[in-house]
Amino acid sequence: MKAGVIVFPGSNCDRDAYHALRDVLGYDTEYLWHADAPDLSQYGLIVVPGGFSYGDYLRPGAIARFAPIMDSLREYAARGGLVLGVCNGFQILCEAGLLPGALTRNLSLKFRCKPVYVRVENAETPFTCRYRHGEVLKIPIAHGDGRYVCDEATLQQLRRNGQVIFRYCSPTGELSDSWNPNGSVDHIAGVANEQFNVLGMMPHPERACELLLGSEDGRRLLRVH
Amino acid sequence: MPKAKVYITLKPSLLDAQGRVLLNALQQLGFETVQEVRVGKYLEIALQPDGDPRAQVEAMCQKLLANPVIEQYRYEIEE
Repeated sequence: MKAGVIVFPGSNCDRDAYHALRDVLGYDTEYLWHADAPDLSQYGLIVVPGGFSYGDYLRPGAIARFAPIMDSLREYAARGGLVLGVCNGFQILCEAGLLPGALTRNLSLKFRCKPVYVRVENAETPFTCRYRHGEVLKIPIAHGDGRYVCDEATLQQLRRNGQVIFRYCSPTGELSDSWNPNGSVDHIAGVANEQFNVLGMMPHPERACELLLGSEDGRRLLRVH
Repeated sequence: MPKAKVYITLKPSLLDAQGRVLLNALQQLGFETVQEVRVGKYLEIALQPDGDPRAQVEAMCQKLLANPVIEQYRYEIEE
């Protein structure tokens, strides 16, 4: 399978994603430069990686969403192609309107960089079908703007449709504010679009693919084919 | 030359984490009359004299400068 990793000026998890996709998952993986607008139809998965695209100027993801590659990505997603946005990638997908809601400053105002626990809330998506419903995963976060917010109507819709894919939780799967690292509404750590082919999440599954790095709970998420 | 002054703030329904910290800091400094602080962005945009600056700035805010999911904006045009 072919996988692509988009590279913006300021992306800094592109190599982590490339390593996980190529060396761990064994995909034929390529970097995709932000200023190009190639046809992506031969790809099985596109990752929008973490980092600080365009220095997070104005708002995280606000400038990246106008990059030429985003036109290709929109077309690819509209045809059902699988898109995973991690951290800054999640912020970009929200800014681009490919996912609902937005990411705001962490409630603590601190940059949080540590392993967290997330619960699989919907195990019937292309990204989570290798997990059990309710399974608890240990995956690292590294962000300053990860507090997911959306209006009440959107939140109801997300819950109703099963678009909340991950929630922050305790090691045993309980939801509480003390295990929510950024103050996200309803403990949301990851959401999908209505078609479930676009997933955005603040935790970094590409950094949790090898036991040597502390966890391999993220590996099954990347095994999309 | 027209100049636009654009003010962008989080929607009132959203908790402003920075504003909350500043509120506490100001109260600790003895500014006990402070009730709320909201942090925002202020932009100055110089425009060419021709065209409709108000319509242009409105479009800029909608397309890029503000995220309508979380932010509200207002602006003034100085001739």
